[in-house]
Amino acid sequence: MNALYDIIFAPFIEFGFMQRALGGALLLCLSACPVGVFLMLRRMSLAGDAMAHAILPGAAAGFLLYGLEIVPMTVGGLVAGVVVALGAAAVSRLTVLKEDASMAAFYLISLALGVLIVSLRGSPIDLMHVLFGTVLALNDEALGLIGGITAVTLAGLFVFWRALIAECLDPLFLRSVSKLGPPVHFVFLGLVVLNLVGGFQALGTLLSVGLMMLPAAAARFWTGQVISMCVVATLVGAASVISGLLLSFHLSLPSGPSIILSAGVVYLLSVLVGPRGLPSRRSRSLRHRAA
Amino acid sequence: MSQQSLAFRDLTLGYDRHPAVHHLSGTVPAGSLLAIVGANGSGKSTLLKGIVGVLKPMDGAILRPASMRLAYLPQQSELDRSFPARVFDLVSLGLWPRRGLLGRHKAEDRDRLEAALAAVGLKGFATRGIDTLSGGQLQRALFARVLLQDADLILLDEPFNAVDHKTVEDLVALIKQWHAEKRTVLVVAHDLELVRAHFPQTLLLARRLVNWGPTAQVLTPANLALALHFHEAWDDNAPWCAPGDTHDHARDDHAHEHHHHAHQHRGAA
Repeated sequence: MNALYDIIFAPFIEFGFMQRALGGALLLCLSACPVGVFLMLRRMSLAGDAMAHAILPGAAAGFLLYGLEIVPMTVGGLVAGVVVALGAAAVSRLTVLKEDASMAAFYLISLALGVLIVSLRGSPIDLMHVLFGTVLALNDEALGLIGGITAVTLAGLFVFWRALIAECLDPLFLRSVSKLGPPVHFVFLGLVVLNLVGGFQALGTLLSVGLMMLPAAAARFWTGQVISMCVVATLVGAASVISGLLLSFHLSLPSGPSIILSAGVVYLLSVLVGPRGLPSRRSRSLRHRAA
Repeated sequence: MSQQSLAFRDLTLGYDRHPAVHHLSGTVPAGSLLAIVGANGSGKSTLLKGIVGVLKPMDGAILRPASMRLAYLPQQSELDRSFPARVFDLVSLGLWPRRGLLGRHKAEDRDRLEAALAAVGLKGFATRGIDTLSGGQLQRALFARVLLQDADLILLDEPFNAVDHKTVEDLVALIKQWHAEKRTVLVVAHDLELVRAHFPQTLLLARRLVNWGPTAQVLTPANLALALHFHEAWDDNAPWCAPGDTHDHARDDHAHEHHHHAHQHRGAA
């Protein structure tokens, strides 16, 4: 019993930085995981990845001007993310190019610009910080920011829930009963950017999308309803955060990859044993109901 | 139901400056049951999208009173059937006009939804996933959504596609019931026998209007030959449509409106 306490509880009780890391990452799960579910259902799973790269030049510009300060880096990241999201969406709506292609173009430009900006001032270590984050070094400012992002995201999802569902399920129908169709897409992209920006402090730009998408993809195997999918994804995210932080603490592993790899393990397990994963396929082929 | 009619005034709808519905004029009196018939690419779905407001007219206008409540059933292919939703979630979208974005669904809404499901023959299906439905069952569910919308003007885009005979019969019965309730119903359909049997009025499109009136007078061999042999491909070099040029059926006194319109579009191919 004591050993269990030492392994699981002691790190979070005895070390302030572990408490902050846990608090920040759990808050992030609360908002990023449901956002990831909607990204997945909109067939935009890879768009999350693209957007995560897209915020880099903004964060890097903030970093270049003010050093490792959270507010300028966050504002910069938000601006870059919104520009890329709006640009990609506008090009896809006004020209022949599909949204995935226009987003690829915009994020590549953005990423290259970001790397260039970081190299203007920083060392490779600075770049590593921006890319991979440091959940173990969250200060009050960063925690407050993540808390604010979580609140805004949950409020946004609550208000636009019905429209988001309708926009995924039957977009033409939504446009016939409401003018919300096109704006809700942009509101949603805004939430995606917000959560990626919140995530890059804790996990870095590259890994924050992992906490968004892996729990969502895992949750798809367990339930057939959007609301429960969001709950399952959030729980998977929380479990991954706890396990990742503990692995990082005990084995001296970097925290970000430990969290994401934990989520990856849950995802693979879900593929193998989830009721909508591989088992459903096998049982379907062997047995059928009488009616 | 509202007694106001729906009207097209020299209406041109299209994509990328090429007309898909070209200079259409006419009035759909309130309470009409109108079939919209034509070959693929003749502008049937485009016309419905224009009425709904998804597509803005390139020229002319669609006149419908603001108070007119509208229910639109897009083609089934527009729907994401892999989306994790139950029949309840799909059908309850029909409560949108009443409850909007944030209004709570009340007990009476739930009762109305159950009644709508029963009316389309899907009693007990509320909690089934839509990915488990057959094409016919899905179409029944979508008709239940139309029922919930309680609309004055009902627009159905190819509701009988990929649907078996029995389901077509049941859906036609619902459409006739709406007609009896004096709702205006516009249905895009391909099956001419079905149109002849059940639809008093027909609008025959070949991008431009071929004919519009009592079904028996519209679906004549001569008109159908005209409608089915139009050029489907766009002509990229078609001349700009000039005032008065291709007004097959538009009244001449509308021609002057072209001068005031900012957009130009190509003439019919």
